[in-house]
Amino acid sequence: MKKKKAASKAWPEKWHEVNPGCMVFIPGNASTYHTGSWRAQRPEWDNKKCIKCGLCYVFCPEGCITEDAEGFFKANLDYCKGCGICAHECWPGAIKMLEEVE
Amino acid sequence: MGKRVGMEVAIAASEAVALCNIDVAAVYPITPQSHMAEHLADIIHDGRIDAEFITVESEHSSISACAGASATGARVYTATSSQGLMLMHEILPIVSAMRLPIVMGNANRAVSGPLNIWNDHTDIMPQRDSGWICMFAENGQEVVDMTIQSFKIAEHPDVMLPVVLNIDGFQLTHMIEPIEFPTQREVNKFLPPRKPFASLHPDHPISMGCFNMPDIFMETMKAKDTALRNSKKTIINIWKEWGRQFGRIYRPVETYKTKGADTLILTVGSMGETASIAVDEMRKKGVAVGLVKLRLWRPFPLDELHDAIKGCKTLIVMDRAVSFGGAGGPVATEIKSLIYHDKGRPRIVNFIMGLGGRDVTVNDFIAMVERAKKKKDETYEYYGVRE
Repeated sequence: MKKKKAASKAWPEKWHEVNPGCMVFIPGNASTYHTGSWRAQRPEWDNKKCIKCGLCYVFCPEGCITEDAEGFFKANLDYCKGCGICAHECWPGAIKMLEEVE
Repeated sequence: MGKRVGMEVAIAASEAVALCNIDVAAVYPITPQSHMAEHLADIIHDGRIDAEFITVESEHSSISACAGASATGARVYTATSSQGLMLMHEILPIVSAMRLPIVMGNANRAVSGPLNIWNDHTDIMPQRDSGWICMFAENGQEVVDMTIQSFKIAEHPDVMLPVVLNIDGFQLTHMIEPIEFPTQREVNKFLPPRKPFASLHPDHPISMGCFNMPDIFMETMKAKDTALRNSKKTIINIWKEWGRQFGRIYRPVETYKTKGADTLILTVGSMGETASIAVDEMRKKGVAVGLVKLRLWRPFPLDELHDAIKGCKTLIVMDRAVSFGGAGGPVATEIKSLIYHDKGRPRIVNFIMGLGGRDVTVNDFIAMVERAKKKKDETYEYYGVRE
């Protein structure tokens, strides 16, 4: 088994491309997997209601909420799974979960 | 080659492990494996080898500790039996999926209940689908030889799979046998230090034992199955290499007096020795009977079995385990299914025998051959049960 060949692919397609033991040789390569595809609902911020407390940022289990230059927040939809925890925790009610429609 | 010494087989197994220069052992003692655990602990405590003996609180922990140690690139050994193996069950498929070349000695013993400490194969058979290479030794010399071979097989870059070596409890572990030990220099020549495919080290971070989503899990399973199937070629090559260096030949399926035999007995493990004497006795009386001994259980050596049973009319499969409510013993069930499509396949007679340490003597093998002649169908039968 040649390690170089096995390590070169970030994400295997075929069974014989799977690294032995599913070992991962590229640290942090979980970021290449976009969990946003799991989402059924997406969060939307109403910045008129937002008080910039940052609770959404603190509670996001995916760590995909970031603060912009003005101090407001948004989710990176490549990774947001649509769990709705941000909307649940947002006590001023600035975040609404909207259905993802094709 | 060293000289022959008389030694208890369990002690000899641990001496063989010491010759392999292991780095870590995590062993929890259990009858009839206890002498293996105790003697290995002695060897490491006395500083005869530079290794770490991890005293664990259970077999679940011993195999888990072995997995962690093996992932760092260490050469790792463990040994267990019966209930201990059952407790390891959860971790066994993880070890093979992670491609960790751990070697385990299993002193075969009946699984409870009712509690019984004596020999049969009901402990290893439920582990059949764990993805481990699984082989059986027949006598003390084979235990020593196959323990050393197991490390070379497990660690080979084309294999990278754990190996379980089955050593019949009491029937083998507690026998004192004449055993020829290879010298340390000879073992070093045969078995160089482990060169791991990858290992855990803080300077070179990698991840092992990763999570699989449904979109990759099936590919991973096929890769694991293929790796185990492909290992047969390497196993045979390593056995040939052993034969060249030490003069003792090992094959996936061993045969004894099969030439011209219309009836063949098929055994697994130590009962092959007794069966071979029964074959001698029957051959003297002109009965055309021979013996086939399955050494390799996983990966299953189908081609070699085909060659061994070619031309025989009746195949008597001896099972030291039973699949309750199923098609009989696990060995017979498997062979029946594997040769189902063969034209002119032999009639298979399956005896469940020797459970929980019940003695099976030379006369019993002769009686089973007699009984097989009269048996009309291919259903399984318990031999030696009081009716």
